[in-house]
Amino acid sequence: MAEETKAPETSGGGAGRPEGRPDRGGDRGGPRGPRPAGGPGGPREGGRKYFRRKKVCKFCVEKIEAVNYKDVRLLAQFIAESGKITPRRLTGVCTPHQRRLSRAIKQARNIALLPFAGRAQ
Amino acid sequence: MNRNYELMFIVRPDMVEEDLNKLVSTLESTVTTAGGTAKTEVWGKRRLAYKVAKFNDGIFVLLMIEGTGAIIHEVERRLRVTEQVIKFLSVRTDEELKRLDKIKKLRDAKKKVSAAPAMAAPAPVTPEAGTEAAPAPTTV
Repeated sequence: MAEETKAPETSGGGAGRPEGRPDRGGDRGGPRGPRPAGGPGGPREGGRKYFRRKKVCKFCVEKIEAVNYKDVRLLAQFIAESGKITPRRLTGVCTPHQRRLSRAIKQARNIALLPFAGRAQ
Repeated sequence: MNRNYELMFIVRPDMVEEDLNKLVSTLESTVTTAGGTAKTEVWGKRRLAYKVAKFNDGIFVLLMIEGTGAIIHEVERRLRVTEQVIKFLSVRTDEELKRLDKIKKLRDAKKKVSAAPAMAAPAPVTPEAGTEAAPAPTTV
C-alpha cells in the first residue's frame, strides 16, 4: 500500500514539471535553479544531485588571486582521498580559478608536494 | 627583458648543511655573474609525497631568479649534473606578477574612486537630480 502511493508521487514529480530542468546535468542547473532548493524533497531518489544549495567559489569569496603550487594546505582541500582533483561541480569553484588550481596541483605533484595517487600525509 | 623565475629543487636529506650552503652559493654566483639577481629560501627537511630516488624526505630549497632565459638554462644544467639534487621544477612567474599587479592597481583605483566621492556626494547630487530630470527627455 505504502509503496503504491509513493511510486506515482515520484514519477509524477519527474514528469509533471516540464518547466524544470530535464535530465541534463542537473548539478550545473542546480545552483541557479528557478525553484527554491529542497522544496518537494527531490523529484527523484537521491535528490541530492538535483537540488544543490548555493555553492560559491572559495577563491572568489576570499579574493585569492594567485594560486601557488607552494601552499599545499590550500591545494590539499581540493584533492580527493585517492589524490585525484575534485571536480568543479562538487567544490563549487569557478572556471578560471579551477583552471589555475588544476595547474598548481599538477605542479605541486611534480615537485613531490602532493601525491599522484593516495592521500597526502 | 628580465624575466622572473622560481626554481624549487629538492636535495637528498642526508646532505650536510655546509655542503648545502656551498651548493646554494655556487648557484647564486652563477646567476649574479651572468647578470641577474637571486634570492634563496631554504625550506628545510620535509616529507615527500612519494618516493624520489628511494628517499622519503628531502631538503627543499627555493631560488627566485631575475634574469634572461639563458641564466635559468645554465642553472638547470648545473642542477641536473649535481648528484645531490634529486628533483627540480622551474616556473616562470613574470606574467603572473604582471597580472597580479594589474588587479591590485584596479582594486586600488576602485577604492580611491569610491572613497573620495562618498564625502562629496550627498551635497551636489540632490540639486543635480532636480535639474537633470528636465533636460534629459528633450535631448532624447
